Amino acid sequence: MAVMTYREALNLALREEMRRDPRVFVMGEEVGLYEGAYKVTQGLLKEFGPRRVVDTPIAESGFTGIGIGAAMLGLRPVVEMMTFNFALLALDQIVNSAAKMYYMSGGQFNVPIVIRGPGGPAAQLAAQHSQSMETYFYHVPGLKVVRPTTPMDAKGLLKSAIRDPNPVIFIEAETLYPVKGEVPEDPDFVIPLGRAVVRREGTDVTVIAYMGMMYRAIEVADELAKEGISVELVDPRTLRPMDVETIIGSVRKTHRVVVVEAGAGFAGMGSEISAFVTEHAFDDLDAPVERVTGANAPMPYARNLEKLKTPTKDKIAAAIRRVCNANGS
Amino acid sequence: MPRTILEPRSHVEYLSILDSDGNLDAALEPRLSPAELKSLYRAMLLGRRFDERMVRLQRQGRIGTFAPIKGQEASQLGSVFTLRATDWMVPSFRETAAMIWRGWPLEKILLFFAGYVEGGQPAPDQHDLPITIPVGTQLPHAVGLAYAAQYKGDDAVVMVYFGDGATSEGDFHEALNFAGVWHVPVVFVCQNNQWAISVPLKKQTHSKTIAQKALAYGLPGIQVDGNDVLAVYAAAREAVERARAGEGPTLIESVTYRLGVHTTADDPTKYRTQEEVTAWEQKDPLTRFRAYLEKKDLLEDGLERRVDDEIAEAVRRFEATAPPDPLTVFDHVYAEMPPHLRAQRDELARWLREGGAPAPEPPAAPLGATPMRGQRLTRR
Repeated sequence: MAVMTYREALNLALREEMRRDPRVFVMGEEVGLYEGAYKVTQGLLKEFGPRRVVDTPIAESGFTGIGIGAAMLGLRPVVEMMTFNFALLALDQIVNSAAKMYYMSGGQFNVPIVIRGPGGPAAQLAAQHSQSMETYFYHVPGLKVVRPTTPMDAKGLLKSAIRDPNPVIFIEAETLYPVKGEVPEDPDFVIPLGRAVVRREGTDVTVIAYMGMMYRAIEVADELAKEGISVELVDPRTLRPMDVETIIGSVRKTHRVVVVEAGAGFAGMGSEISAFVTEHAFDDLDAPVERVTGANAPMPYARNLEKLKTPTKDKIAAAIRRVCNANGS
Repeated sequence: MPRTILEPRSHVEYLSILDSDGNLDAALEPRLSPAELKSLYRAMLLGRRFDERMVRLQRQGRIGTFAPIKGQEASQLGSVFTLRATDWMVPSFRETAAMIWRGWPLEKILLFFAGYVEGGQPAPDQHDLPITIPVGTQLPHAVGLAYAAQYKGDDAVVMVYFGDGATSEGDFHEALNFAGVWHVPVVFVCQNNQWAISVPLKKQTHSKTIAQKALAYGLPGIQVDGNDVLAVYAAAREAVERARAGEGPTLIESVTYRLGVHTTADDPTKYRTQEEVTAWEQKDPLTRFRAYLEKKDLLEDGLERRVDDEIAEAVRRFEATAPPDPLTVFDHVYAEMPPHLRAQRDELARWLREGGAPAPEPPAAPLGATPMRGQRLTRR
């Protein structure tokens, strides 16, 4: 184990996979000479050269489509979106081509592409630059969608995503790039896609969260422990396909569920999780599933408003107390 | 300071070798062998007869909606003829004749338009992408294939088809820009058939030609008489040779006309005149090539009957195909079947086994026993 930042863990994953497989190449805006807008591709141009670390014109649809074409001919493109908010320009390529080529070609052409970059709320990046973009992608059959919370997950999941034969949407976070954590240095270390992780065992309530919301939930869990509420923290890690089994297993144990998500709540991850918890474990529930979500509004630019827009620790704690009937106790 | 000219005046050539009156520019006539000429004509005739048969099949409800090619046979075959089997062909949705040339069996094309997934499945060694419906999105794929070919060090060339309407899409411009910057071996073939459903070319672009759009991206662009198979062939051969020699991409604008409907769901009498259609019928690519071959004494007796027999046999095989297996709906979503899809597949299988009962049992929970409502087994 080494301690490194989330950013360094991603960089190591790219480096190891590029060393392991000559078909892997990186493409996107500013990924080469500039080493990435967020420096995730640092040092890659120097080690692998311009054929495998390709600076592109500013054309998200174009370079995503090119990645899809290259993947169909057997390469393993890793396409960087400078921010996932810009991936909207490539939505047709992702949804109509990457996700459907395998289906529509009767299995002749799979598209082993990884589209990665940061998304979600950050620090005063405003409405067009702070969206939790996973909601746009996990609806689509044929795509896998990953949101890695820790440096270890960032490395292990990115390596799995690059080796995966399907198109994978891999959304990081600006706010997590400097976060440090333990990361295995073993180049064979991977974390399989589609497996959730129980980050902390608890007995009273299951809190499901990922990315920045998981870190917030950990702090809340620490505080509530002092009140005698034992919180189990579950991180889905892969949003599609989702590890329903681990989540339901936790619900059967705690009988209470709070889902925390940074994005606007309407038809969000919390909606989906509360639906399948109801379908699979209705009679295990001792309280309705609670969702703590971002406000259903665009992200404000002002710092104070931005803080209000995303789930605060107070809101998360209040929801947990509500499902535990612990208000005022 | 005076204004200066930064670039010499760019130009776009127009190429025509055999015009609609049968006049031949012998100096430009490509050197094609009698066997090549005969196979080209046969392919054009097969494309035409098959297309006409498909329209009838659609009208009879035997296949679904499709986009006929009538009038565009020379545009497709003159270009695709220049490819090797190891090169890549990327179609839009109106390239039936080019697909047949590339080895797609006729019944497979019928299967495609009847909804069978096998119809969109190229043979394992076939270097063709499947039909794609969103307009213009296949152009970046073509650039990606070309980049990958170069990356792997093979000398394959990629030919991608699209219509005049697609040149308004961002993906057209992005693909040409990338192809120019990266200097990859792509031949862009725009089949300018004058109409994007009901929108005529003059409402699609203010450019005098589509070919000139190449110049902005630093590539050569050429306009050809798309109903003159010899001109299309000559321009495409030059472009393919340039691409293979590492001299980069080319845009070919093949000026042709869609003699039929946009798709079988369209009625062109609502937006264009019969006079216009009749004028283009005088420029029919088959008529002119047939007259050219007749002078060379290369027309084969009984060719139409043989082509029709081949089509009839394909229709027979197509109609003898069993309907798709319902359980295949879950195939090829992912390379491996995730648990939620397997559960849905099992549910459908059980429902089918039980005779398709209208109110199927709810699926057995894939997650172990869930207590029935009111039978709470776990209580804290």
